[in-house]
Amino acid sequence: MRPVASSGTSLFYNLRFRAILYQVVAVGIIVLISLYLFSNVSQKLAEQNIATGFGFLSRDAGFVISQSLIDYKPTDSYGRALLAGIANTVWVSAWGVVLATILGLVVGIARLSRNPLLAFLAFLYVEALRNVPLLLYLFLWYALIVTTLPSVREAWEPIPHVFLSNSGLTVPSLSWTGAHSLTLAALCVGVAMGVAVRRRATARRVATGQHRPSWPWVVLAVAVPVVLAVLLFQPDLTVSLPEKGRFRMTGGAQLRPEFTALLVGLALSASAGIAEIVRSGILSVRKGQWEAARALGLRDGLSMRLIILPQALRVIIPPLTSSYLSLFKNSSLAIAIGYPDLVMVSNTTMNQTGQAIEGIAIFMMVYLGLSIVISLFMNWYNSRVALKGR
Amino acid sequence: MTTATDLAEAQSKLPIRGGQRPRRGFVSRGIKPFFGTPINALVTLACLWILWLGVKAAYGWLIVRAVTAGGAEACKVGQGACWPFFAAKLRFMIFGIYPYDEQWRVALAMILFLGMIGISMVPRFWTRALLGFWAATIVVTAILISGGILGLSHVPTTQWSGLPLSFLLSAVGLALGFPLGVVLALARASNLPAIRVLAVVFIEVIRGVPLISILFMASVMLPLFMPSGITIDKLLRAQVAIIIFAAAYIAEAIRGGLQAIPQGQHEASNAMGLHYWQSMRLIVLPQALKIAIPPLVNISIGFFQDTTLVTIIGLLDFLSTVRTAMQDPSWIGLAVVEGYVFAAFIYFVFSYIMGAYSRFLERRARLGHD
Repeated sequence: MRPVASSGTSLFYNLRFRAILYQVVAVGIIVLISLYLFSNVSQKLAEQNIATGFGFLSRDAGFVISQSLIDYKPTDSYGRALLAGIANTVWVSAWGVVLATILGLVVGIARLSRNPLLAFLAFLYVEALRNVPLLLYLFLWYALIVTTLPSVREAWEPIPHVFLSNSGLTVPSLSWTGAHSLTLAALCVGVAMGVAVRRRATARRVATGQHRPSWPWVVLAVAVPVVLAVLLFQPDLTVSLPEKGRFRMTGGAQLRPEFTALLVGLALSASAGIAEIVRSGILSVRKGQWEAARALGLRDGLSMRLIILPQALRVIIPPLTSSYLSLFKNSSLAIAIGYPDLVMVSNTTMNQTGQAIEGIAIFMMVYLGLSIVISLFMNWYNSRVALKGR
Repeated sequence: MTTATDLAEAQSKLPIRGGQRPRRGFVSRGIKPFFGTPINALVTLACLWILWLGVKAAYGWLIVRAVTAGGAEACKVGQGACWPFFAAKLRFMIFGIYPYDEQWRVALAMILFLGMIGISMVPRFWTRALLGFWAATIVVTAILISGGILGLSHVPTTQWSGLPLSFLLSAVGLALGFPLGVVLALARASNLPAIRVLAVVFIEVIRGVPLISILFMASVMLPLFMPSGITIDKLLRAQVAIIIFAAAYIAEAIRGGLQAIPQGQHEASNAMGLHYWQSMRLIVLPQALKIAIPPLVNISIGFFQDTTLVTIIGLLDFLSTVRTAMQDPSWIGLAVVEGYVFAAFIYFVFSYIMGAYSRFLERRARLGHD
């Protein structure tokens, strides 16, 4: 609609006037409805003697959170409890994303295999996961862990030192201290330096045409900070191996049934989606690109890495972002099997304080905020791999 | 829950190219793909082994070791699937707590509804008459389920449960979410800034939070927003939440369709002297909606699965009635896997059919029929 100057006709037929009128009416209706709802709420809250505001956040929570990434005890405040919930949500989502990406990549490539049997198995995997609700799978995994797995005393040991029993999954672990965190930071620095060295080597090769192996320097760049950190901070590197006890596992890190079921459920269901994304991403690269790569004398692996994947990534990244986002949002189903994520902690808080509006507002804001952070990060990554205009 | 919907929506926009396979003899077609190279032969053997394990386990559990006769007592001893559980609980799992003697009504309503869905899936029947049939179906279904007239006894919504409730929640959610979604999509594409901003905020907020939070809002917060003395039915509240949630996702699918319409179409309709609503109704939307059909079908699959979330706010949908059946004191602990496998099977069948239909529509659109 382009505003057209109208002379001589009434104001009502002026397009610019109409545009403003529509918007004023729309905004007006929204404002009126909000005012009406707000007055209802304040009346109801006054009638039912429900407190308002976020003062409850500093009061003692008094409930137990069965598993928490950050230190929490019932004498801590509601604010701390919610923080523990947020940490749990992020923890399970982050591991879910990592596992789902690896599984999805493998299955997506298997779907395109020239071996029809492998492709068929991958197809079965994807269809079985995509056509059944995630919530049902969560209930099923949880029930399988709790009811069909053996007790701790007869725990399965599918991989040496990894135990599966009806109290969850037990894996070898390090007892994490500040020194470990510092060493991990050193590893990150090392990897960053390695990437930088690699880049410079590539730039050099492109500029001069001389190929000199860069990998010794890359290894050095990664290894030096790590070795230095180990020598300097002396983290305790003895791995604690789990052992079967009479009633519970000793040593190692215990993943509770709730966490295990949620992680497995989220990762599997997201991996099926990611497999389809990877598959259609690779299919979207024209066949001619493969042929051209072969004509240049590149091996299959190299042409995949240098020619096909960079182009497929452009197609893969946007839908991948939304599948990461939905994995993150789906972690809210934790409440159904009793993993204390943000929603479950907020729910307990709401039940105890009666302040439903504040409770729901908090967890909606957190989800919205974290969703925005994830989309911003993925958009940044997408703009890096996107086709640059020439 | 949005996995399926988000993904389906994103995927439906992806180009897919099928390669052409040359025809060759039996050796190159029948043997080479499986045993062409040593690694490939290993892969084939590994796959066969996995398939064998899966088939063996399923066959053993479902048939060989299964308990087929007797009651709960037999299942306590047996090692395999507990078939007597289905015999005893099938009707409850499907119809839930709907009055036993009236269950023929929901069964009839469900057959009618599924039949209409089946007919509507055939492009040849996409006519105005179909809309009329749908209107009639809705009226008949409503009378059958709710009752209260024509000598049918009234059944309150608190007793609506089981598979019919799952269908009802997803069907009404999508049917009412659709017009709202169209309006939102148009508002988002509008060039009136205030309206655009309102639509963007609504859509992005709804899509940025999990469905469970909207359901919580509807079940816990909505009563607070109503004037004193007015209470809204619990089912209705959940339904409103699902409609709002569906609308935001449908709006995004339709926006994809709107963006695919060349600017020339808008200009041409302006040149013909059509005003905004005319050009949308006659020129733009018919084309945009046609493009948006495959992602809309995928959204429908997602929402059919997402209705399971109402379990969490205490409605008795299909998943919930299956769980209730499993927790019956005389069967508790005996049919844990059986119940979930049955529910999964039902969800799988309906979702798979809709998914296959969506792929059919995409192929049809690519072939350029119509």
